[in-house]
Amino acid sequence: MKNNEYSNTSTGTDTLVSTSENTDFEVRSLDAVCVNESELKHPFWFNLKYLFAGIVFGILLVKSEVISWFRIQEMFRLQSFHMYGVIGSAVLVGMISVWAIKRFNIRTIHGEKITFHSKRFNKGNVYGGLIFGFGWALTGACPGPLFAQIGTGALAISVTLLSAIAGTWVYGYLRPRLPH
Amino acid sequence: MESILETLRQPWPWYVAGPLIGLTVPLLLILGNKSFGISSSLRHVCAACFPANIPFFKYEWRKEVWNLFFVSGILMGGILSTLFLGGNEPVAIDASLRQELAAYGVTDVSSLVPVDLFNFANLFTAQGFLLMVVGGFLVGFGTRYAGGCTSGHAIMGLSNLQLPSFIATCCFMIGGFIMANLILPYILSL
Repeated sequence: MKNNEYSNTSTGTDTLVSTSENTDFEVRSLDAVCVNESELKHPFWFNLKYLFAGIVFGILLVKSEVISWFRIQEMFRLQSFHMYGVIGSAVLVGMISVWAIKRFNIRTIHGEKITFHSKRFNKGNVYGGLIFGFGWALTGACPGPLFAQIGTGALAISVTLLSAIAGTWVYGYLRPRLPH
Repeated sequence: MESILETLRQPWPWYVAGPLIGLTVPLLLILGNKSFGISSSLRHVCAACFPANIPFFKYEWRKEVWNLFFVSGILMGGILSTLFLGGNEPVAIDASLRQELAAYGVTDVSSLVPVDLFNFANLFTAQGFLLMVVGGFLVGFGTRYAGGCTSGHAIMGLSNLQLPSFIATCCFMIGGFIMANLILPYILSL
């Protein structure tokens, strides 16, 4: 399939400014985590593939014990190599994969071009990073593990998840007044 | 078959689980050009349920609905591994940590989440409130302020050699070290 059948509004080297004609894209890319502008029209159930990917990822989180509060405490007390091994090897495999996708121009299963987005530094990376670090050590969980922990039957963690959603909302509310 | 299942029911060593977690990055890219990142799902929930006319939440969240499918899958993965793969079993905790925690009355190490601390009754104590409610709030606020979490910055961002992600990841660790070593002991002794 030809690439020009799909009109991606974004390319790998896009900056936030160059896409200003599309305000929706601009708002979403305020933090450049979620800027996937696929123009393909798929039936709703195509999203089930992400559900299955999530199930596999959730099992991995549980079986690698990275959702364990105890493992997080060990990590921050330098009492175990486990977490460093998991995250380090995951990053290494991720790096090689991204390199290979770029090098060999690998496309999606639908023939679409795979795009990468550069992140631009802002002070939030530091302030927000520290704040998240505090929360990570308290709850022993980042956002992904929160979902997995609830799945393992730790139902009280649903309160933590709701509180994390509230924290996200308050950030959105205060955003204009925070240093970036 | 029995022995394979028995092996899978054991904890998976880091050198098996870590690379498989790393493969999530190309998996999502190849399935549909999606960048790995989980904390965004919290933003999509806000955008879908309580946008409240806040510019940060006024975007077409339906375009990111894949992310909500993905996190629903994580929840189901937690259920499935607990039911069939011996998921919620004791972790081999470092002896000195176990001793330290026992001094704070945290003796139940039988599941991934310490039930002595994280339970509904404890929500109404200062300790439980700080751990669950304040902790969760800091996770949600901090990840969005930082523009990502462990998955979006530490794994996806570092995989794509992004300097801001490296800075953010360092700050995650600094924050965690400060909290776990300097502040958490006081909270645990409450």
